[in-house]
Amino acid sequence: MKFSVDWLKQWVPVTQGAGELAGALTAAGLEVDTVTPVASAFAGVVVGQITACEPHPDADKLQLCRVDDGSGETLQVVCGAPNARPGLKMPFARVGAELDGGDQGVFRIGKARLRGVESFGMCCSARELGLSEDHDGLMELPADAPVGEDFRAFLDLDDRVIDLELTPNRADCLGIKGLARDVAAITGVAGTPLTIEPVTPALDEGVDIELLDPADCPRYVGRVLKGIDPTAPSPLWMREALRRSGIRSISAVVDATNYVLMELGQPMHAFDLDTLQGGVSVRRGRAGESLTLLDGKVVELDDSLLAICDASGPVALAGIMGGLDSGVTDVTSNVLLESAWFRPATIMGKARDLGLHTDASHRFERGVDPAGQVEAMERITALLLEICGGEAGPLLVAESPEHLPGRRPVRLRLDRLNRVLGSDLDAATVEGILRRLGMKLETVDGGWVATPPSSRFDIEIEEDLVEEVARIHGYDQLPAALPSGELTLPALSESTVPGAAVRDALCAADYFEAITYAFVDRGVLESLHLEAGALPLANPISSDMDVMRTALLPGLLKALGRNLRYQAGRVRLFETGKVFLQGDALVEVERVAAVACGPALPEQWGASTREVDFFDVKGDLERLLGLRGESADIRFEACERPFLHPGQAADVVVDGAVTGWVGALHPACQKALGLKTRVFAFELDLASISNREIPHANNISSFPLVRRDLAFLVPEGVSFAEIDAVTREVAGTLLTDLIIFDQFSGQGVEKGYKSLAIGLILQDVSSTLTDEVVESVIDRVVKGLDSRLEAQLRG
Amino acid sequence: MESVNDILDQAQADIGAADDLRALEDLRVHYLGKKGAVTALLKSLGGMAPEERKTFGQEVNRAKQAIQQALNDRRSGLEMAALEARLAGERVDVTLPGRGTARGGPHPVTRAMQRIIDLFSRLGFEVATGPEVEDDHHNFESLNFPAHHPARAMHDTFYFADGRLLRTHTSPVQVRAMLAQGAPIRIIAPGRVYRSDYDQTHSPMFHQVEGLLVGESVNMADLKGVLQAFVNAFFETDMGTRFRPSYFPFTEPSAEMDVAWDKGDGSEPGWLEILGCGMVHPNVLAACDIDSERYVGYAFGMGVERLAMLRYGVTDLRPFFDNDLRFLRQFR
Repeated sequence: MKFSVDWLKQWVPVTQGAGELAGALTAAGLEVDTVTPVASAFAGVVVGQITACEPHPDADKLQLCRVDDGSGETLQVVCGAPNARPGLKMPFARVGAELDGGDQGVFRIGKARLRGVESFGMCCSARELGLSEDHDGLMELPADAPVGEDFRAFLDLDDRVIDLELTPNRADCLGIKGLARDVAAITGVAGTPLTIEPVTPALDEGVDIELLDPADCPRYVGRVLKGIDPTAPSPLWMREALRRSGIRSISAVVDATNYVLMELGQPMHAFDLDTLQGGVSVRRGRAGESLTLLDGKVVELDDSLLAICDASGPVALAGIMGGLDSGVTDVTSNVLLESAWFRPATIMGKARDLGLHTDASHRFERGVDPAGQVEAMERITALLLEICGGEAGPLLVAESPEHLPGRRPVRLRLDRLNRVLGSDLDAATVEGILRRLGMKLETVDGGWVATPPSSRFDIEIEEDLVEEVARIHGYDQLPAALPSGELTLPALSESTVPGAAVRDALCAADYFEAITYAFVDRGVLESLHLEAGALPLANPISSDMDVMRTALLPGLLKALGRNLRYQAGRVRLFETGKVFLQGDALVEVERVAAVACGPALPEQWGASTREVDFFDVKGDLERLLGLRGESADIRFEACERPFLHPGQAADVVVDGAVTGWVGALHPACQKALGLKTRVFAFELDLASISNREIPHANNISSFPLVRRDLAFLVPEGVSFAEIDAVTREVAGTLLTDLIIFDQFSGQGVEKGYKSLAIGLILQDVSSTLTDEVVESVIDRVVKGLDSRLEAQLRG
Repeated sequence: MESVNDILDQAQADIGAADDLRALEDLRVHYLGKKGAVTALLKSLGGMAPEERKTFGQEVNRAKQAIQQALNDRRSGLEMAALEARLAGERVDVTLPGRGTARGGPHPVTRAMQRIIDLFSRLGFEVATGPEVEDDHHNFESLNFPAHHPARAMHDTFYFADGRLLRTHTSPVQVRAMLAQGAPIRIIAPGRVYRSDYDQTHSPMFHQVEGLLVGESVNMADLKGVLQAFVNAFFETDMGTRFRPSYFPFTEPSAEMDVAWDKGDGSEPGWLEILGCGMVHPNVLAACDIDSERYVGYAFGMGVERLAMLRYGVTDLRPFFDNDLRFLRQFR
């Protein structure tokens, strides 16, 4: 809602400057977006008149004009404007005038020579004065403009435009009249509302108006105007007011409807009466009907849309836009004016569904004052008769009073108000505010019963009145209390692993946290074979964000790819977040995932450069899993997943359940995603590491430990996990730790076998181990590995 | 026979001249060994008269101790010199970088979010969570957004074919938490939210932290106080704040809080909106079976990206989701 301060002042004579007023509006909940001047900063410009023109001797497109600037002598001015002609009045910049040259700073008008001819001043276009973008010619002023008068004073150009960003509940401020009422309440200045007198009809002509759907349209006020001059220009004051509200001047009739819309907040429409067949009716659309709107758009109607119809069918979309065929044109001399009230719920969302947004729909869906239709009709009639002439018919009022909304009285208790606000406002203050807001008050025990003005749709319950009082009193005037309350000390769960610990662990392992979109490209999911259970968005913002992610991997790979394109050789990223799996029901699972590529370590002088591999990333994952504590049951099992290298992929098994995976990205997927480096990754359900056992300490042994190192020749197919499990099983409780310190195959090792070197740490809690006992353990291990896994002790 | 003093003088001279431990050992043997000079003197005691033996014995023993002392001193000196020589050879350039891996870092949005959580946790707010795929009821209806209401136009919503949607704010968690726990309640709900808007200042996914406190003696003064205290604590300085009336369907009265922000470019400090808040609307309490006569509540919601931008000097929203390491590294 853009309005000029001068326009507002016609309705409430505020004395504050625009800046101060803007501050007061914002503080009262009418948020000011911008305050801008209505014209650029210029000085020395007056109303001038061209008295004579002759061609420039040396230039086809220039004229030599004689200009009367009110100083008593006429000046010679060279002018290139096509509309420069004798008799024209226009803004004239005298020698010495200062115009706003934009980036070039102040532009001073001096005596000039144009193609050899002296020129004493400049005739101005609207654009040169920052009034509009119009630069087609000189700005034409009305014939009665007083020559010599300062142009700023003539058009009141020291005015300011305030642009309000109104919240949807404040439709009452979508017109100067309603805004003025709130400003009066905010500033305490009494309003001076315009008195709108009824027009005495000169004709008795009318049309029949039928409300076929009175719940949706309980009031429709019409009036016939005949014999108007369709070419009459809108007066400058009206065009200026509209311009300052950001509305382009079209024609007198359209400008008048817009003026009343801006002034009273009542959307108006004008039909070309001669195009209408019979009277009008308001009803729901019917399937099969269609209507071409004023903007040329064709709308197929159905019973969700309310239409204004004549005998031939729909002629306007109620509360949204008129039809093209029944609209006024530059030959229209007879019009039917419309000033109606449509139920907000009927209009809500309809324009949006049609891809439209009009000043009318914006107001009707938020709520127009149901008491304002007749007043608006009288106002526009008077304006049009004055501008375009013609004769008016009688008011045509069709209404269904029982369907018109009334404002219900709302109770306000003083103690409740102070309880909710934490304030100590007295009854007189509250009552004063409510009265200033135009509420009808009845005093009752402990408070009031307030009936809001008909335009205040937003006031329905006690809390709404509390807000009204608070905002007019000023939110910043209300007390603020330091945080207080009962001190409580809830149990601090030690068995929960905080999310921050997960992030810290991965940051410590040289991963950076990424945040990627939860919607991904279905095509990318498909190339990773992860599309099962992907939930598609009905209205994706783009085709590469069309389904919800089923894994964190795709987003991380995209981020990794982006970094590689920016020449990062070593990329390590992780993310925690939800994935969305649509099965019989939708499951949202919190996951953690990481990707790594490039050198295992940042390049450095003290360690040789080596590419990251499976065991680096597995090690990072193991450290993360270490958050679960010592007693966690965690295993890795070779697995096959279509997006992972078949020989370098493992399921993560936590407490017996597969909760994630770790591995090398399958070279085919890597290629499909355009990644030129090997990528290792893991992804895990966060829940599987979010609980840990609270440690329970055992006594530590005070007896010496014994270490025995053994090397075995092991068939290639036997995994370390098997060696580990058998060894632990046959060694018994004396084995406190098992370390694998070497594994190799190839040279010196028989084909089909690998050499595995393990260290066994033995210790007893109650005595020093004897050689005999140690040997028997080693013997059991050697025999057990041989018999169960065909692992032979190497010599 | 040499005199005791002569031997002592010679020994001290020899020891002082010994330049390694081996030479020193040889001298020890030469003077104090079984066949050494001092030992020979002691052996000669046997043939002396008792009186002379006592005097001479004392003299020899003194010399022996003096030689032993000289040997010990010289050994310490030589050992010290050897150690110093070795240490000198082991000198490293301590300015060379350390070995091993580097450290990554959290995302700035997470970092700001954690800060918000930590601060409100100190005031006893417990973290609550909810689904990101929501239904219309929780995201809108129960929060007092009627169908087609223009207030919904402020939330450009992502929908699924069956009418479910991606939550447009963390406020549905309020409803879920109140339905689950009833009143009194004190929670914050951090999380990702989604709106179908994508340009320089809008991301289709962003983060909010919602707060809710419902109790029997809660009022708007508490709300103002807690939020002022929060921004002061978050920015670690006294921030100018102002509260403006605003509109959210689920609070009444509603407010927005601005902070006075100095852009540091020499321009006048301006007001920057950082959060929306208000007193929980009675319709919302009713939807959660909470008696709005007995209980009053406040709620607030803040955009984490906005706070992270202010806190860390980020001037554009997009880098948050590009995940460029050159950007992320700054938040290590």
